[in-house]
Amino acid sequence: MKNKGLLHSFERAVDRFKWPLAVALAALLIYTPRFAFMTPANMRIAIMILIYAMLGMGLNVLIGYTGLVSLGHAGFYGIGAYTCALLMTKLDWPFWPALLAAGCMAAVVGLLLGLPTLRLSGTYLSIVTLGFCEIVQMILKQWEPVTNGNYGIRNIPKPLLFGLKLDMKNGGLFYLTLALVVLTALACMAIRNSKVGRAFLAIKDDELAATMMGVRTARYKILAFVISAFITGLGGGVYCVVANGYIEPTSFVFNTSVMILSVVIVGGLGTIRGMVFGSALLWLFPQVFRFLNEWRFVIYGVLLVVMMQFRPQGALGWRSTLPYRFSRRARRMIQDKGLKDPGKEA
Amino acid sequence: MQTLLGALINGLALGMAYALIAVGYSMVFGVLRLINFSHGSVYAFGAYMVYFFVSLKVGLFPSILIAILLSGLLALGIDKVALEPLRKKKSIPIATLITTIGMSFIITNTLSIDYIFGSEKHGFPSLNLFGSLMIGNITIQSSQVIMLIVAVILMLALTFIVQRTKVGLAMRAIEQNSKAASLMGINVNFVISFTFFIGGACAAIAGALIAGYYGIISPGMGSTIGLKAFAAAVVGGIGVLHGAVVGGLVVGVAECLAAQYLGSNVRDPMAFVILILILIIRPTGFFGKKGITKV
Repeated sequence: MKNKGLLHSFERAVDRFKWPLAVALAALLIYTPRFAFMTPANMRIAIMILIYAMLGMGLNVLIGYTGLVSLGHAGFYGIGAYTCALLMTKLDWPFWPALLAAGCMAAVVGLLLGLPTLRLSGTYLSIVTLGFCEIVQMILKQWEPVTNGNYGIRNIPKPLLFGLKLDMKNGGLFYLTLALVVLTALACMAIRNSKVGRAFLAIKDDELAATMMGVRTARYKILAFVISAFITGLGGGVYCVVANGYIEPTSFVFNTSVMILSVVIVGGLGTIRGMVFGSALLWLFPQVFRFLNEWRFVIYGVLLVVMMQFRPQGALGWRSTLPYRFSRRARRMIQDKGLKDPGKEA
Repeated sequence: MQTLLGALINGLALGMAYALIAVGYSMVFGVLRLINFSHGSVYAFGAYMVYFFVSLKVGLFPSILIAILLSGLLALGIDKVALEPLRKKKSIPIATLITTIGMSFIITNTLSIDYIFGSEKHGFPSLNLFGSLMIGNITIQSSQVIMLIVAVILMLALTFIVQRTKVGLAMRAIEQNSKAASLMGINVNFVISFTFFIGGACAAIAGALIAGYYGIISPGMGSTIGLKAFAAAVVGGIGVLHGAVVGGLVVGVAECLAAQYLGSNVRDPMAFVILILILIIRPTGFFGKKGITKV
């Protein structure tokens, strides 16, 4: 493994100063709402970046880990947002159980969608998810007694934490979203490093081989769907309290799915860092290039096309060059047998 | 009864136009196994080109001809500029998918730039050239009849191209196995470009027909119709020509009936309700071939 280049030295450096960097980043993020440039509008963008990072992580479980492409994640997102909003406005639930219910509702729908569509593969699965998103859209618009149709749900209260109202002004919503993003990221990492995550990756690389190795592919594919839907539903739940106090069906259309998909692809398939970066890039791009007026959306398209030409693995998608790290148990076994730890030599 | 018949006629006419768009999805899927999300924007581009040349006083039919040519070239350009390099690099399928989405962003948003066409709606010359016909209480507009006739003629022509010409043979060969086809001396890239051209041209015709029927165009007109036509292509069996026709008709009639009896909000999602039902009952669509390995 020679000729590792710049990326490798960068990765080594990050790995070596992991803790100081993490502390610095945490301090920066915690201070973020206090910055002078954090006007309410900018604050909203910061929160949307975090929400889309979360949605990206949700979709990443499906695309990045398991290799199933969904074009309808806006559907789960919408289900999450509406579940949370309806529970809070109609049944006066507090925010936290409503948020959890939002995730669970999306997960249940993900299960129901996953079961019959299992025998479809690849492109056909993407098509079904696309149709699913349109049908969610129809239900949100049509089921007026519950969803209030095209008008959406208004007067969604702000969440309370120990009696403290979280809103834009005190940065509470930012911290709330940040905390959820961190939790989601940790959960995703845990999943990826577990038996389940390895099963997902096996399915992605070669489904037939995975089956031969005893991976119950059907079960794990459904599980990936459910986990992905759950995370996306949570994202929806957060969105409903962040969005100016009201949500409407048009926020959960095909273009939203495309946006989530773009976050995953542009950031870096299968990585956590990529989701945060991709989301930040795609949200900041139209803001920074505001002077380009309508051209910025054209350039946004150009960005996607050029990106896919020259860096289809995404901006931050690279295969780690760091030595594989054994788990503590494996390392103890190696020591017991008097072998050299391969993780230490490089 | 009259409303039922009216909805049926409406649905058949719209359905044939959907079939024209669906053919573009279907043929490209056949040769590339790719959902070409830029197709809806080519359709919108076609309608805008007709509008543009009509406003230059070129006359309706010459305008439509120019628009057909330009849209075909646009679709071909998308393939040459963005998709062919990806094929050469053997890129991952999802990269190609995102590229087509990016292309559709570029086209749609270029159309909606203020000093090009602007994001507002424009009036479109009506294709109701010969007035309308009243049978009892049912009105049949001549634009509907034109839509139906033109689409049927085109579908026959396409069937002829695919089944009886050398290019069509090559297309079918690539559909079965593109590598083997290329080993047999077929210029795969040429055939793929040809497929894109035909698809783009059909989309432009559909654009002119549908815009002439509704009398209105907007830059975003391609997104919903594109998805619906795509659903139609899958319902009929993607990659199969007559499948696109049947799918288009089923979707067109179903959505007109739904709009008539269930409310206008149900209209657009109807295509997807049918799509999901079909995919669960018969994943390959009405006429889909069993043997196709789904990638």
